[in-house]
Amino acid sequence: MAQIPVTLKVNGRARRVTLEPRTLLVHALRENLGLTGTHVGCDTSQCGACTVLINGQSAKSCTIFAAQVDGDEIATIEGVATDGVLHPLQEGFWEEHGLQCGYCTPGMIMASIDLLKANPDPTEQEIRDGLSGNLCRCTGYQHIVNAIQYAARKEMSQ
Amino acid sequence: MTEAQTLPKMVGERVRRREDPRLIQGRGTYVDDIKVAGMLHLAFKRSDMAHGRILSIDTSAAEAMEGVDLVLTGAQLAETLGPMPILTPFPAPAHHSMATDTVRYSGEPVAVVVATDRYIARDAADAIVVEYEPLPAVVDPDRALAGDPAVLFPDFTNILGQTGTNVALYVPAGTGVDPVAGTMDNTAIERAFDEAEIVISQRMWNQRLAPSAMEPRGVIAHWEPGKETLTVWSSTQNPHMERNYLCGQFGLGQDQVRVIAPEVGGGFGAKINIYGEDYVACAVSRRIGQAVKWIEDRSEAFVATTHGRDIVADLEIAAKRDGTVLGLRTRLIADIGAYEMLFTALIPTLTNGMLSGVYNIPAIRSELYEVFTNKTPTDAYRGAGRPEGIYFVERGMDMLARELGMDPAELRRKNFIQPEQFPFLTQAGNLYDSGNYEPTLDLALKNAGWEALKRERDAARAAGRIVGLGIAFYVEICGIGGWEHASVLVQPDGRVTATTGASSHGQGHETTFAQLLAGQFGVPIEHITIHHGDTQIVRAGTGTFGSRSQVAGGTALMNAGEKVKDRMAEFAAFMLGAEAETQADELEFIDGRIQVAGSPAISRSFAEVAAFAYLGGGNAAAAGIPYPDASSGLSEEAFWEPAGATFPFGCHISMVEIDRDTGELKLLKLVAVDDCGTIVNPLIVEGQVHGGLAQGIGQALMEGVVYDEDGQLITGSFMDYAMPRASDFPRFELDNTVTRSPHTPLGTKGIGEAGTIGSTPCLVNAAVDALSPFGVKHLDMPLRPEMLWRMIQGGAS
Repeated sequence: MAQIPVTLKVNGRARRVTLEPRTLLVHALRENLGLTGTHVGCDTSQCGACTVLINGQSAKSCTIFAAQVDGDEIATIEGVATDGVLHPLQEGFWEEHGLQCGYCTPGMIMASIDLLKANPDPTEQEIRDGLSGNLCRCTGYQHIVNAIQYAARKEMSQ
Repeated sequence: MTEAQTLPKMVGERVRRREDPRLIQGRGTYVDDIKVAGMLHLAFKRSDMAHGRILSIDTSAAEAMEGVDLVLTGAQLAETLGPMPILTPFPAPAHHSMATDTVRYSGEPVAVVVATDRYIARDAADAIVVEYEPLPAVVDPDRALAGDPAVLFPDFTNILGQTGTNVALYVPAGTGVDPVAGTMDNTAIERAFDEAEIVISQRMWNQRLAPSAMEPRGVIAHWEPGKETLTVWSSTQNPHMERNYLCGQFGLGQDQVRVIAPEVGGGFGAKINIYGEDYVACAVSRRIGQAVKWIEDRSEAFVATTHGRDIVADLEIAAKRDGTVLGLRTRLIADIGAYEMLFTALIPTLTNGMLSGVYNIPAIRSELYEVFTNKTPTDAYRGAGRPEGIYFVERGMDMLARELGMDPAELRRKNFIQPEQFPFLTQAGNLYDSGNYEPTLDLALKNAGWEALKRERDAARAAGRIVGLGIAFYVEICGIGGWEHASVLVQPDGRVTATTGASSHGQGHETTFAQLLAGQFGVPIEHITIHHGDTQIVRAGTGTFGSRSQVAGGTALMNAGEKVKDRMAEFAAFMLGAEAETQADELEFIDGRIQVAGSPAISRSFAEVAAFAYLGGGNAAAAGIPYPDASSGLSEEAFWEPAGATFPFGCHISMVEIDRDTGELKLLKLVAVDDCGTIVNPLIVEGQVHGGLAQGIGQALMEGVVYDEDGQLITGSFMDYAMPRASDFPRFELDNTVTRSPHTPLGTKGIGEAGTIGSTPCLVNAAVDALSPFGVKHLDMPLRPEMLWRMIQGGAS
């Protein structure tokens, strides 16, 4: 199948790749760029394991073609910690045991970044509602909620 | 609770998980993250028919596609690959990795494509055309029992010697049943019902579920000709079992096959089984001499990964009017789907074993029928047979309490097995190791504010709201599955490298197991590395399932650790000999040092002793110096199997409200008090309970695999199969009691499945309570709004 060039700006780095027009963003990230932290948990955009940020907004990378985000700013889990320092959300997930198998975690963290950006001081119910696009089968969500509350507290105090 | 013995330091601490730094940064390596040079990709053509005879398979269009390397049909593969082995000892029909002539469930693989990339493989699989002669689909388990409308395996002869039946297995259990002699004495059970002053009788269904680990299954198989080795990366809970089965299937030695379970994204029992896709991947790699990868789509997972539960019970409880239970009788029909997988036939037999619950029931009788239907095969799913059994018992006890007008908590209390009765052999056949149920019940009632909740419910009802309270008390069997293996090596620099055959897939073994060794050796947890999930690094193993890891694996690890500790003590005693007359068994390991008990000044660091041990004794023995025997070094291993199963238990209480206009059920409160024996890491135990509760509540409220009358799966995506989301739950309120198991040195029992078992009947009991003013006595799960709304409108239950 014909290939097209696409520029993917991921975590602040521009990479030029050639791929089939039908290549999903998640596959371009994982297969072309080797950024395997973004996971595929379903093929119908319900589970949110593949959540990334596109121009700062959370989006499911399994439901968008790589060619559609040519030139856009994409952020993935690999770029969330800076200079070896964990993001408050990553810290929260660690401190509060917000993960077990870890498969949904990158998507959860990316979705939570967007959630806290829109609402820096959410109530527990707002957090639970804000995670409606992300499934976790291990944790029962309570420690994930705690993790996001931890990050919100930390970011508010900074 | 008081502890009878001093636990190693670190045990009981809320240690943050050591697995997390990689996982929260996207640096975990799951199967799909692995690439092998020259690797090709597989896609399966699956049956879109529930039951049919394959007339023809046209693979020509697929084979003509650019990038397609190979296409194999089930019949072609079967020329060189036999049927899949299973673990259960009962007769079972042959089951090939891909259908050879007949398909028996929608989604059964019929052909495989090997191509240069995943997209091409999928395109080519879609281009395969299969022609079927449709056969009647067997969907209803009651009808299946009667061979209606078809028999899946006309030539199969079951354990009763019957041919031409869908009955895969029949297992009677309970009072008067002698499984060895094959005899049944009905005296006791009939007397219980003859003497009954009240009999509860209800048909209830524990519905079919999709386990739905967030990481679908996946496998990479890499056969290397010349080296004659097979390396397999598989999303499995038990790499050693997978290795052994692959070896058996391909006639390879167990030293030729390496199975690696890298990061595994959840299992919940569904990744115990060794699936057809894994055998196919290995067969293809052997054929082409290149690595191949298969990654399951979610849509495939719903049809191709084993389902769980699906048992219907006709339950009867005989009791006196004072609430004393005299007997329990049930007929169980387990709808096991189209084939028997590794453990399929075993799972419902565990339901038989749990039918005494936490109660002293003098007579029990169960007759279990497992039937084939044209559905995805069932196998283990979190709890695996125990949630079903406890659900039936706890629903039955609740119905009895309601009929008698008794407080459901007090009815339970009245029938509890008493602490002095342990070890207690139930009439269902399980030997309970230890238990003390009343303190757990009392703590749950206290934490929930049971009496206040009742007043709150009654006030809400008076105000026109539909509110209910539910309670359930569960027990489960853990530590089963035989032995586990561990090894411990102290390195020359004093760091500790250990392996465990218990293969973690989210449970946090790298943390809890390191806590055990850190406590034993008195060294920082950071100095300990736990390896798991690789048959080349971990010399032997069974795997992680059935809440067995801490019981079997943890104990094996501590036993290996103890042996190394003895060696370390001998070397330390030798080194300290000039300063003090000391014996190895007088030393203590604390704060990174080995010291004479109570005399920190007379000590050596753990690392110094390790380094010294590696120097070797040279000519010491010849010179008459009492140098410790260095021949076994600082490396030890241990196999360990518990002397008996462990039986954790707990009490869950919930309050629910049902919207009068929409039927929507809201869980207002959930209080859980669990007793898993000694707790190694409370943080991880909480996480296990939370996750279990979520799955148990999911079953009660929303999950359910649904087939139509033609055997087509209706719930084939997360759009239709309702997995609980964060907003479906309130904040769970947890607490613990501690009743140690006599079978493990630490007194641990197991916690992985607990939450799943208690919460499900607890929620249904609450919903029935809420709707009891409408005459409702029982509700089958899931408690979807439409059904509840109909009940409110006056529909009979």
